[in-house]
Amino acid sequence: MENEKNHIIPYRTFLYVLALLITLTLTSVAITQIYLGTLTVVLALLIAAVKSSFVLRIFMHLKFENKIFTFAVIGVVLILSVVIFITFLDYLYR
Amino acid sequence: MNATPEIHRDDLASKTGMWLFLFTEMLLFGGLFIVYSIYRFRNAEAFHLAAHELNVAIGTINTIILLVSSTTIAMSITALQKKDKKLALILLCTTIILGLAFLVNKYFEWGEHLKEHIYPGSAVLALRGQGDVLFYGLYFFMTGLHALHIIIGLIFIIVIAVKISKDKITFDNFVLLENSGLYWHLVDLIWIFLFPLFYLIT
Amino acid sequence: MEPSFLEHKGKYKGLFSWILSTDHKRIALLYLFSILSFFVVGATLGLLMKFELIAPGKTIMTAETYNAFFTLHGIVMIFAVVIPGLPAVFGNFMLPIMIGAKDVAFPRINLLSWYLYVIGVSLVLISQFAGQGPPDTGWTFYAPYSFRTTGNMLPAVFGAFVLGFSSILTGLNFLVTMHRMRAPGMTWLKMPLFPWSLYATAWVQLLATPIIGITLLMIVAERTLHIGFFDPTLGGDPLLYQHLFWTYSHPAVYIMILPAMGAISEIITTFSHKTIFGYKFMVASVLAIAFVGYFVWGHHMFTSGMSGTALYTFSLLTFLVAIPSAIKVFNWISTMHQGSLDLQTPFYWAIAFIFVFMIGGFSGLILGSLAANVHLHNTHFVVAHFHFIVFGGTGFAFFAAAHYWYPKITGKMYDTRWANIGLVLFFIGFITLYGPMFYLGFKGMPRRYYDYDEIFHAGNIISTMGSWVLYSGLAIIIINLFASLKNGLTAPADPWGGKTLEWTVPSPPPVENFEEIPLITKGPYDYK
Repeated sequence: MENEKNHIIPYRTFLYVLALLITLTLTSVAITQIYLGTLTVVLALLIAAVKSSFVLRIFMHLKFENKIFTFAVIGVVLILSVVIFITFLDYLYR
Repeated sequence: MNATPEIHRDDLASKTGMWLFLFTEMLLFGGLFIVYSIYRFRNAEAFHLAAHELNVAIGTINTIILLVSSTTIAMSITALQKKDKKLALILLCTTIILGLAFLVNKYFEWGEHLKEHIYPGSAVLALRGQGDVLFYGLYFFMTGLHALHIIIGLIFIIVIAVKISKDKITFDNFVLLENSGLYWHLVDLIWIFLFPLFYLIT
Repeated sequence: MEPSFLEHKGKYKGLFSWILSTDHKRIALLYLFSILSFFVVGATLGLLMKFELIAPGKTIMTAETYNAFFTLHGIVMIFAVVIPGLPAVFGNFMLPIMIGAKDVAFPRINLLSWYLYVIGVSLVLISQFAGQGPPDTGWTFYAPYSFRTTGNMLPAVFGAFVLGFSSILTGLNFLVTMHRMRAPGMTWLKMPLFPWSLYATAWVQLLATPIIGITLLMIVAERTLHIGFFDPTLGGDPLLYQHLFWTYSHPAVYIMILPAMGAISEIITTFSHKTIFGYKFMVASVLAIAFVGYFVWGHHMFTSGMSGTALYTFSLLTFLVAIPSAIKVFNWISTMHQGSLDLQTPFYWAIAFIFVFMIGGFSGLILGSLAANVHLHNTHFVVAHFHFIVFGGTGFAFFAAAHYWYPKITGKMYDTRWANIGLVLFFIGFITLYGPMFYLGFKGMPRRYYDYDEIFHAGNIISTMGSWVLYSGLAIIIINLFASLKNGLTAPADPWGGKTLEWTVPSPPPVENFEEIPLITKGPYDYK
């Protein structure tokens, strides 16, 4: 774990990511002004997912940690998704 | 009194513990996302219309506020690692101020709704129909719970800032700063999803 | 030689040396004291409920009191006894020692968990006496009644929330402990099965509990703000409450049973003097049960109005989750086969566990079948099922573990004769109390009713008498364990010939468990 202490992320990296995140935010606002039916929600959530992955990978350091942390995050999201999916099996087919 | 070097310090254990705690927070809000998704499905039209009543401009500003605050706290770790204690503290204070700004915005936003008697349990809201009741119920509950987490996060960061100023957290012992950052980023992540789900599904 | 953890003189004296201690062994005993106390409260409630049911109509209490009794019985037994039970007591005490560590990863958070436990149960008990009357919704707090009843729901609901937090922190602590503090040489596949079961359990504690946390907060919002999530007059769906509630409460039963299975694995291995059959399958099964267990919650809701698709999805998944449990039973039996059996009290408990757990499990499959469920849901058949599998499962395993690790924890041996007499009485009482309920439920007697038709009378008399025998057995068991603290013979480090690490340290262990952290070179059950 010693190499972790020496790994310093440059300020620049964070600022680039911020610029990207703001751009994505404004894009999602713009896109959702156009009427695209159900696609609107999908796109908005997709952009949110992309933004999240940058926050997770860079700000929260997942890119530089042991891969097991990434798998755990994915696992948690997967479990929540499956629970929502199964719940919808009730509501969709009533 | 300076902190004596700890023989049994395990930073990875500390960080792992924080990540595990973040998982519980993800599932806590996850439960609300379950409720949101079901009721959105059952009241699509009403949710769509109610979302129009939220102020996209304030929502966007708040989103950007949190994104910047995540940047500043991430940068504060770099600053501390580079032994620039002063910059680290400035960045942390910026984070705190941004967090407070978010809360102030929320206060005014909620104030607008309360002025029109739109709040959980109000007669006015009940008259507007079930879809609206559920939309606003979820809106207040989820943004309210989120705001509570912002407050908790800010307290956490203030404690860390004090510790840094007293040299209890230093360039070679900063896992607590990292952990406070992780918590703050989670609060940001939750908002990244709340924002489109309430403001942008028009 | 170092003093034992019981004799250790630390910073504090007397009571404070216990309630301010961060030693995992003392915290385990704090939990034992609290959990045992609340178990006696819950058991006494049960005894009184059974007495009410000895005859149709009013016997010793009104219907309202009966409703309050089964509500409190459920809340106390589920949230304050069987969910924390094995992990908080035996997990806390044994986990660090079994993996060769000096304590858990976060000792102060461990103590905080206990404080939260005490606060949580206190809130639940307060709900009995303050406000407009005790809660009467059942421990499941179903909407809409839970937000309409005048009963004192808020302290009870909030108490359950705090207890959930305690559970989460325990799980978090155990996960980091096992990831970071295993002794050198102890790879994951050299870790004994009790720690493995705690590992799987910890993930469930961590990931499932928040769901009930938020659900309970939603009930609070319904009661105080009329938010409308589960109120049909406001557009909410009461069935969504059930979905959310059971999305936690089903995995919760795996929190109850997995550590129990882990303890049984240890006991059967030790008293067979033979390594566990199929170690890797045992590990895989315990993880599989935890994982698949997340997705079966709807089998508590078969008659509530879900879609057909949901019905058969949940039924199928319920059958699937039984498979790894069955694998474990086969492996326990196979371990005993051609082993050198040492017939001691913990082993008798383990065999009894297998017997009642299987009855509970099979009755679960019956309930998991959609057609049968229509007739059996909300009858006493369900009551029999969960008492066989939870009381029979977690309860029997708790007593098995208590007798197995008693010498290690106390440094004394219990009186074997009284322990076995207690067990026999307990077992006879158990079967007599819960066996007839299968029949009563099958014939149509509803649950949570304080009155019943005359045709159910005979079965109820037998069942209630069973509760008296059970309770006497319980009294003998507990009194024996306490009396042996004073009168018991001194126990050696390894009275049973066990091979896991706890048997290599003195009985009771010193504060830091090991003089030197061991270097592990062999598997956990090295019998040859």
